[in-house]
Amino acid sequence: MAECALKIRDISKSFFGIQALREVNLDVREGQTLGLIGENGAGKSTLMNILGGVIALDGGAIRLFGDKYYPACPADATRAGIAFIHQELNLFGNLSIADNLFIDRFPQFRRSPLIDKRSTYNQADVLLSSVDLRLPPQTPVELLTPGEKQLVEIAKAMRRESRIIIFDEPTTSLTAAERSRLFAIIKKLQDQGQTIIYISHTLEDVLRVSDTIAVLRDGCLVSAGPRDEYSVNKMISDMVGRKIEQMYPTRDTCLEAKPLLEVQSLTQPGIVRDITFQLHKKEVLGIFGLMGSGRSELVRIIFGLDPFSAGKIRLNTVNIPKPSPALNIRHALAFVTENRREEGLLMEASVMENLNLLTLGKCSKLGPMGLIDRMKTTKCTQQMSKQLNIKSGPIQKHQAKNLSGGNQQKVVLGKWLLTDPVVLILDEPTRGIDVGAKVEIYRIINQLAEKGTGILYISSELDELMGMCDRILVMSNGRLKAEFQRDDYDQEAILQAAFSASN
Amino acid sequence: MDGKRKKLTFALLNNTPVLLFAFLFIVFGFVAPQSLRYQNIENVFKQASYVGIIAVGMTFVLLTGGIDLSVGSNMYVSAVVAGLAMQRYSIGPWPALFLCLMVGAMFGAVNAFAVAKLKIIPFVVTLAMMVTGRGIGLMFSKSHAVSFPDSVTGLGSADLFGLIPYPIVLFAMVVFCAWILLERTTLGRQIYAVGFNKEAARKAGINTDRALITAYILCGVFASLGGFISVAQLGNVNAGFGKGDEFDAIAAAVLGGVSLFGGVGKVFPGVVLGAVFIQTVSNSLVSARVDLYLHPLIAAGFIFFAVFIDSLRSTYLAKLSRRNIRVEE
Repeated sequence: MAECALKIRDISKSFFGIQALREVNLDVREGQTLGLIGENGAGKSTLMNILGGVIALDGGAIRLFGDKYYPACPADATRAGIAFIHQELNLFGNLSIADNLFIDRFPQFRRSPLIDKRSTYNQADVLLSSVDLRLPPQTPVELLTPGEKQLVEIAKAMRRESRIIIFDEPTTSLTAAERSRLFAIIKKLQDQGQTIIYISHTLEDVLRVSDTIAVLRDGCLVSAGPRDEYSVNKMISDMVGRKIEQMYPTRDTCLEAKPLLEVQSLTQPGIVRDITFQLHKKEVLGIFGLMGSGRSELVRIIFGLDPFSAGKIRLNTVNIPKPSPALNIRHALAFVTENRREEGLLMEASVMENLNLLTLGKCSKLGPMGLIDRMKTTKCTQQMSKQLNIKSGPIQKHQAKNLSGGNQQKVVLGKWLLTDPVVLILDEPTRGIDVGAKVEIYRIINQLAEKGTGILYISSELDELMGMCDRILVMSNGRLKAEFQRDDYDQEAILQAAFSASN
Repeated sequence: MDGKRKKLTFALLNNTPVLLFAFLFIVFGFVAPQSLRYQNIENVFKQASYVGIIAVGMTFVLLTGGIDLSVGSNMYVSAVVAGLAMQRYSIGPWPALFLCLMVGAMFGAVNAFAVAKLKIIPFVVTLAMMVTGRGIGLMFSKSHAVSFPDSVTGLGSADLFGLIPYPIVLFAMVVFCAWILLERTTLGRQIYAVGFNKEAARKAGINTDRALITAYILCGVFASLGGFISVAQLGNVNAGFGKGDEFDAIAAAVLGGVSLFGGVGKVFPGVVLGAVFIQTVSNSLVSARVDLYLHPLIAAGFIFFAVFIDSLRSTYLAKLSRRNIRVEE
């Protein structure tokens, strides 16, 4: 029996009280390929970040080829022989392929610090031909396609004689041809006895390349075994598994026919293609999709943050030919972004300043000069803070960065609610916040919908969408793949649509 | 689909220094033909050599994605220290040069420490050092001019083998060393990598602090060398010595195609052309008898144009490298 290349024992990790990994045990045998799957947020990235030395573990032990392994920084992982092939590649676009391959250790003339260019290029040529990339090593990396860049990364891993190569979602940005070339290379590596961990949402691919498969869910390892025991259906049901808890408040609204947001054939090459849908009054419309499916990009386009090349957007029956955030806000569109720390809040500012950021000019004019009416703003924001049950110190002083995640999210929400939105876009509104705050946010969303706001709700948590939405659209590879009404919600069918292979 | 146009744009953007230079030559060739005489060209190179050397040092810092505003003050302090040492302790010109370079290196080391270890933004660090350096220099000189002995100024106007002026020889040597370091050593390539993406460089196992420290110290050394050469030509160091030279150095580097965003640019031919370019503009304006008060405006116009092209290039490259979720076939 082959030796254990990687032995993971009882690994745990929590972030601010949220358990991301719970006593995970995992073995990878030398020369084998492990397929690692799980929903977004199941703990795959946390596990890989621990292996890569990006974050430290709370408890447990890792053994790499029998030796204790505690990487303190990414360079430690590299030295220990672990190579990552990421979605976002760590290449230097300003340098040549050869420079990128040898950046940490160039071949040098004996006893001199000078680089031996000829030997560098020769060795680079050998490495490139072993990954089937026929390009001169002097080529600047910025001219390569995503697939070619990935091959350079693999060549880099081979040059370092990495003992484990981890592929993290390697196929998302590849064309069909590049994809089959990648699989040919992986096959070649496997034949040479390379140990590989392959992570992907494309379950067919995982089945195709792996020897063993492990499934993570909510930070726990739920099943692991040889590939023959798995099918796509079993993988999906293992990944989803959990029962829906009764945490979504019920809502009795009948939709009104009036469309608040109409999107017609919206297209931006390489991002989204031919997106058409309508959001009605009092409706909560969910958009489900994997990371990289284009869901966040779609709403960024609708809100006017990114350009689009074709299509129409109508907001409250008004045509918006050139959307911009300022214009959209005037038309009472609100957008709670995915990332509250970087995009949603002024972290250093007070809760009150955050709350009245959008409404400062509108609701609080004093005298002919239009000075800010402090009394009135304070009253407005305090009312909102009370309504949303934001737990903070005095809101004039308490800084947003000192709030808990849930309360921060409520501040972002409150900021937009003060503008009285007609359409509210929520991108991952409950990510990384505790259950109590989640339920409160669900309640707020329901109240808004009852009052007539149209809500576009994006989430990677399917349970949440099924609990909250009247209708769910499924996106994959920049297109709308399917639409489900509340009565025919079926977790597996929705996942099938989201996972449906591209092209 | 428009691959040819794309290629052309690329070629234009990557060769801006050469194109600008050619443009300049043609324009001044028409306006002031006498500026193209051999004697004049030698003069331009001689006068460009000190800014050129400082610009080479600046290039190292710009490549890491930083900036050094303190080179002018560095020139002043190191030249004052060297000059006073020669006056008071009557040391020879070579020990004085060595002392001058040591002061420059220390100056750079302070910048390096603050940027790499204390993690303060380069702009602020070097702005503070610009003021501090000038203050220290004035403390030594009591704001009197410090004159250099004839043994040094003789070197400034002497020619190697009676052919090539020493400043040009030194400039060539500096450029060659910098070229070797940047193109042919691991550390040099790593400086480019750090400037492109510091986080990725760290992940690739590069000692990013070493790259930063090298860049700032070299910038300091080259600044003091440039200052010394300049004094050797001028004869003395007055209280305003070096003021404004940091901007000429940055302008020369940027004109030579060094990106202010880091990671892009070459010492040869880029920065050399940039330095000569700036000198050519000012010399030609003189020979073309342009109103003296218009010189700064015209020079600034050229620099603005070059920086504008740099920003065009960056946005274009950013557009090219924009991550596409799905590649259309």
